[in-house]
Amino acid sequence: MRILLASVYLFLLIAGPAAAQDNPIQQVLQENRDLLEESSRRTIGPAIDAISDSGLPQAQAVLEKWQAKELWQREADGLFFFAEDIGSDTYRLIDIATGAPVGSYDEDDLDQLKPNSGIRGMIGAALVRFQLMDPDPAKRADALDAISRDAEASHLDALRGSIADETDPGLKARKARLERILTIAYDPDPAARIAAIQSFKGDLGVDARAALNPLVATTRAAVTDAPPEDENIARLLRPGSDALSEVEAYALLVDAGLAPPRLSLDDQRAALAAHIENGRVGGVPVDRLDTVAARDRAYSALADAGTVPAAATEAEVAQALSSHVFYERYAETDPAVTEAANAALGAIAFKVGLNQGADLALDALSLASIYFLAAIGLAITFGVMGVINMAHGEFIMMGAYTGYVVQQVVPNYTASILIALPLAFVLTFAAGVAMERLVIRWLYNRPLETLLATFGISIALQQLAKNIFGTQARPLTSPDWLDGALVFNDVVSISYIRIAIFVLALAFLALFLFIMRRTRLGLEVRAVTQNPRMAASMGINPDRINMLTFGLGSGIAGVAGVAIGLYAKVTSELGQDYIVQSFMTVVVGGVGNIWGTLLGATLIGSLQKGIEWLNPSNTLAAQTYMILFIILFIQFRPRGIIALRGRAAGD
Amino acid sequence: MRDSFFAKNPSVLIFLTLLALFTLAVTLLGEAHGTGAISTSFVKTLGKTLCLCLVAIAMDLVWGYTGILSLGHFAFFGLGGYMIGMWLMYARTELIVAESLAQAEIPPTPDEIRDAIATQIFGVVGGSEFPAVWAFAHSLPIQLALVVLVPGALALVFGWLAFRSRVTGVYLSILTQAMTLALALYLFQNDSGLRGNNGLSGLQNIPGAGDIPQSIISIRFFWASAAALAAGYLLAAFMVSGKFGSVIRGIRDDEARVRFLGYSVEGYKLFVFTLTAVIAGVAGALYYPQAGIINPAEVAPIASIYLAVWVAIGGRGRLYGAVIGAALVSLLSTWFTGGQAPALPLGFYTVDWVDWWQVLLGLGFVLVTLFAPSGIGGLFDLVAGRRHPDRHGADLGPDKGSFREREAEQ
Amino acid sequence: MNSVKKIITSALAMGALAAPAFAQDTIKVGVLHSLSGTMAISETTLKDTVEMLVEDQNAKGGLLGMQLEAVVVDPASDWPLFAEKARELLTVQDVDVIFGCWTSVSRKSVLPVIEELNGLLFYPVQYEGEESSKNVFYTGAAPNQQAIPATDYFLEELGVEKFALLGTDYVYPRTTNNILESYLQQKGIAEEDIFVNYTPFGHSDWSKIVSDVVALGADGKKVGVISTINGDANIGFYKELAAAGVSADDIPVVAFSVGEEELSGLDTTNLVGHLAAWNYFQSAESDANEEFVAKWKERMGEERVTNDPMEAHYVGFNMWVNAVEAAGTTDVDAVREAMWGQEFPNLTGGTAVMGTNHHLAKPVLIGEIQDDGQFDIISETEEVPGDAWTDYLPDSAVLVSDWKDLGCGMYNTETESCVQIKSNY
Repeated sequence: MRILLASVYLFLLIAGPAAAQDNPIQQVLQENRDLLEESSRRTIGPAIDAISDSGLPQAQAVLEKWQAKELWQREADGLFFFAEDIGSDTYRLIDIATGAPVGSYDEDDLDQLKPNSGIRGMIGAALVRFQLMDPDPAKRADALDAISRDAEASHLDALRGSIADETDPGLKARKARLERILTIAYDPDPAARIAAIQSFKGDLGVDARAALNPLVATTRAAVTDAPPEDENIARLLRPGSDALSEVEAYALLVDAGLAPPRLSLDDQRAALAAHIENGRVGGVPVDRLDTVAARDRAYSALADAGTVPAAATEAEVAQALSSHVFYERYAETDPAVTEAANAALGAIAFKVGLNQGADLALDALSLASIYFLAAIGLAITFGVMGVINMAHGEFIMMGAYTGYVVQQVVPNYTASILIALPLAFVLTFAAGVAMERLVIRWLYNRPLETLLATFGISIALQQLAKNIFGTQARPLTSPDWLDGALVFNDVVSISYIRIAIFVLALAFLALFLFIMRRTRLGLEVRAVTQNPRMAASMGINPDRINMLTFGLGSGIAGVAGVAIGLYAKVTSELGQDYIVQSFMTVVVGGVGNIWGTLLGATLIGSLQKGIEWLNPSNTLAAQTYMILFIILFIQFRPRGIIALRGRAAGD
Repeated sequence: MRDSFFAKNPSVLIFLTLLALFTLAVTLLGEAHGTGAISTSFVKTLGKTLCLCLVAIAMDLVWGYTGILSLGHFAFFGLGGYMIGMWLMYARTELIVAESLAQAEIPPTPDEIRDAIATQIFGVVGGSEFPAVWAFAHSLPIQLALVVLVPGALALVFGWLAFRSRVTGVYLSILTQAMTLALALYLFQNDSGLRGNNGLSGLQNIPGAGDIPQSIISIRFFWASAAALAAGYLLAAFMVSGKFGSVIRGIRDDEARVRFLGYSVEGYKLFVFTLTAVIAGVAGALYYPQAGIINPAEVAPIASIYLAVWVAIGGRGRLYGAVIGAALVSLLSTWFTGGQAPALPLGFYTVDWVDWWQVLLGLGFVLVTLFAPSGIGGLFDLVAGRRHPDRHGADLGPDKGSFREREAEQ
Repeated sequence: MNSVKKIITSALAMGALAAPAFAQDTIKVGVLHSLSGTMAISETTLKDTVEMLVEDQNAKGGLLGMQLEAVVVDPASDWPLFAEKARELLTVQDVDVIFGCWTSVSRKSVLPVIEELNGLLFYPVQYEGEESSKNVFYTGAAPNQQAIPATDYFLEELGVEKFALLGTDYVYPRTTNNILESYLQQKGIAEEDIFVNYTPFGHSDWSKIVSDVVALGADGKKVGVISTINGDANIGFYKELAAAGVSADDIPVVAFSVGEEELSGLDTTNLVGHLAAWNYFQSAESDANEEFVAKWKERMGEERVTNDPMEAHYVGFNMWVNAVEAAGTTDVDAVREAMWGQEFPNLTGGTAVMGTNHHLAKPVLIGEIQDDGQFDIISETEEVPGDAWTDYLPDSAVLVSDWKDLGCGMYNTETESCVQIKSNY
């Protein structure tokens, strides 16, 4: 095989196209042609090294183009070129050495080199030495990215050399930080390492922990007497303790060849099956071997006869465990380094814990604001008016689809959101008014029937949305200024879209309070909900007020829909995801009180995040237990957290 | 007493006669004992429909008669199915495993058999050990008892908590819906030990009846469903015809007044809630062996809401109304969503029923609620020439949901 | 008489109105894909695919001198209804073959019926394996044709040392992650370096999970995410990933359930570089694929995309046609035997071969998401034969499936006996 490969190389070198002869960079590429074509991280190393060590002026350009998937190979002769797309599947090839155009080729005659992200990382690491001093700050930043992803020992010196000349203050700070991280890993001087380690005491960065944790990684070992002197021992372990169960301890002994393996039930059965003689094994009839005791008897009979090796008994296992020493050792051999790392990590751990708590609180707050936003419309229709609107979720969905449709018409994301928000309000307001006029007002005395009728509307609306928009999720893209996250540190961060939802929720809270407390409409609404007849005698038209209130609640649901669509997805089932939670929020908070709804949302949001934190591998469980909690909560406070008293409580 | 019961309730006799005739007709037209004009798959559909009618009767008892709009009775239905499903899966797998292990040279220990069954059942969902809830799965009598006990116990605990703290009306509905959602989410988890989203499957293969063709099994289940429906109908009719029936209708119309009369309203409600949960559990236990698979989606809140829809369309407060509603709407749903209903060309647009049935159902439901509160069953009143007093005005009682004077005359 | 009886039957059977008068002249192809409910989005595409394939075959002159007729039913994403509709297809409609199902639970629902009535089902979706039914041909990927190669890619090409296995809580992610956990441990990845999380269908609140994943990098090992997140939930997940600024170079994500169809609901600019593993991508370069894509777009509209399960149906359907021609009949047993060893060219190049374990041998492709919602294929293996029983779980490692020589789909090589003839459901 090797001969074959060599001859291929030879062939390439001799018979290689003439262009390669007087084109050193092409020659380097051709020499590594097989590796480049194979394009695997495991084998590509020599090719990258060959290019970067070639000392040719084009090396950096080749690596950069290759990394950006812009290096092409002509199928006819295997030569490598840069290329630019000139439309209709044709590319203009450009000679790497001269930069001169070579001609246009159809895509079918060319092969694009597609380094995977592992290879791209290696290319990036090789590019570090070219890019670290590059005049372009963007390239210097690329180099720093490459170092932080795939650090090599050689980077340390290059990095140190480049810090002094760095002009960009941001990059300079990054370089200094990376230098300390690389020092921890690669500096031969323990004192320098310890100093660098100590400088990270209390640092929250993931990169700092990533540099420190490998230092204190341990492996377990077992020995017959005392642990060897030259090893950096973390601690001794006692079998049967929490840190090391007896089964694990014995497995360690077996792995180290210090004890015979225990006989598993499967092995026992196989051994018995192999020694059936005249329908008996070890004197026990085969058909009686359907209990563990009988099998043990048969096996020990076989062992006594010497046909099978004796299995380790419990006593032997205990004896083996007590006669050996178990311990954990550090991979890092210098005790001073591990000690410093442990100290630094101890200080970090506490701070990380605090910050994780803060992050969790932010998440909970964000979830609470989403629930609040979804529920605030319901707080009006259900909380104030007492109308059960099962189609509330569908109003949210209508708002989200409004956002989607507007984005189809207005391509500018910022403008489209600004149009979509009021439009969603208007549309769902109209839908709410229509529903109130056509259905709900006939059912004010029959709340259970309102529930069912609005449910009917809900399934009809859902199916209509499916018929119009299809069942597939539709994209609702947030404007650029809502992309990304507000990063406090590597632990605490929150995406801008969630902040926007939070702000929106607060705005609606203010709006709600303003309308209810400061406007004539609010006054009339409160009057009508407390006593419609009395209000009517005072000259208030209850029909009009009910209509407007219901429209307002629905309209707010529509606006909430745009926000929820931005943060999650737009599907016809969007509303369903929120309807039960919204009702819960209102009921838990206390019907008829917006502050109650706010508290309810906060309670539900924090509770769900809290349970998720306790059981991180199963989000579904969090939802289940949250609902169970709510059911129990309502048993004890049937009227919610803030219960209205007196006449305002209605019946 | 017995004569007077039927005399007072002629509809019971009519219903039972019709049910008997229907059962006979299906038997004669089925593949097992008849001409084969009705395919086995349709016999299964009809058998399942009878089970749905039974759970609709339970719903009618609890909602139409007692005024508790429970959005959780399909959860009890599903639980009944899960209980019988556990035995069906266990026993079927045990037969397979025993046969397979018998070929080994060394006879298996009981533990080995159990482990092998567990691997077979839970291998599909990445497990190999029996969760605690399967402790009795090997025993048919215990699982049959659990069909009744588990939904009953859940309803008892939940009802006790809810009624004790006087949660009523729409609050109770929302609370029952939350219970259903919690149960569905719980069952969706793999960790719940009931195979998560996959649920229990292959339930139509009755253990030990591998040689009996499905055509016969399906007709047997059809008979059992019909018998259960008849028994359930009788029980329900008996309950609502006497004094007990008057009290629960009283609770529906005005809970506070019944309480002041000295009745234990909570006790009555709890009894009806629990009993109907048990009936729902039995219906589920008959339904799912015919359906072949049960999974958490069956328990989802939407199913319970549909149950309320059936009863409302059929006509609340009359048992045959519930049966008619359940049978009609569920069969129509199957027909329309099955893609078999012919499309309706309107010239500019072709109405494809697969797409539009839900819209039709939703709107139809709104119309029934608005204009025909007595549902389809109300048509019988027209035939019978019964008229209700045309009273308009304020509610009869302070509980807004209770106004049902129409039944007061019965 | 027979047709009269049939008319009564179908009229009674809720108006199964397909006129049986010309039943003798056509070969019926059952299509059992949800056209309504939650799965309609994915499955309707497959129904259209089968209809397109049937029309093409008819244009080529049909099969055995007869025209093909697609019988479409709608199981409405309701798992029990799948069993009911399958029975109806086999007994009332008398179809000769069924193309259908998407979710594992729907397949498990149909299995007992298909086996009881000796039907023939072609199942086109990647699945968790651990099954081999006499009556089912699995044209989608088994774990060793998707999950294992993708994990190898992570281990070898990307140097990932710490894994986050994120999935929706149902059988495919559960089983796949189980296999992967076991596989990774055999590859020397410690148990504590594997983080597993399950979320409900349609989950949207991903901030906590994404920050958990980012925090995994704290011990200095490269983190990779293997995602078996299903459907809509992916949208929120990728949005949150993008918002957290996680680039594919820092924490690569490989998805097994995200294809062209799912990406069309997303703005992919922030996802460029994340990965998906399939046996087919629309961007595959071959003449057959170009023709297939063009035909699909012409039929369904320019904006429509093709995906892996569609190719699975394409291969499965053509293999079935060839097997029927080879057998000279549509009889299930004869066709099944003719299916073994059937070969048909993949749309991605190379040849798919049907094994005697009823799984296909197919190449495994890994693609990087591009900003136009398509995938850039960066790795393609040789054809990998599908393995019904995984080699990486101790209970399954001893099992093999071979319907030709062993006549058993669940054969224990240790005890040398057939565990069961019917499959495990």
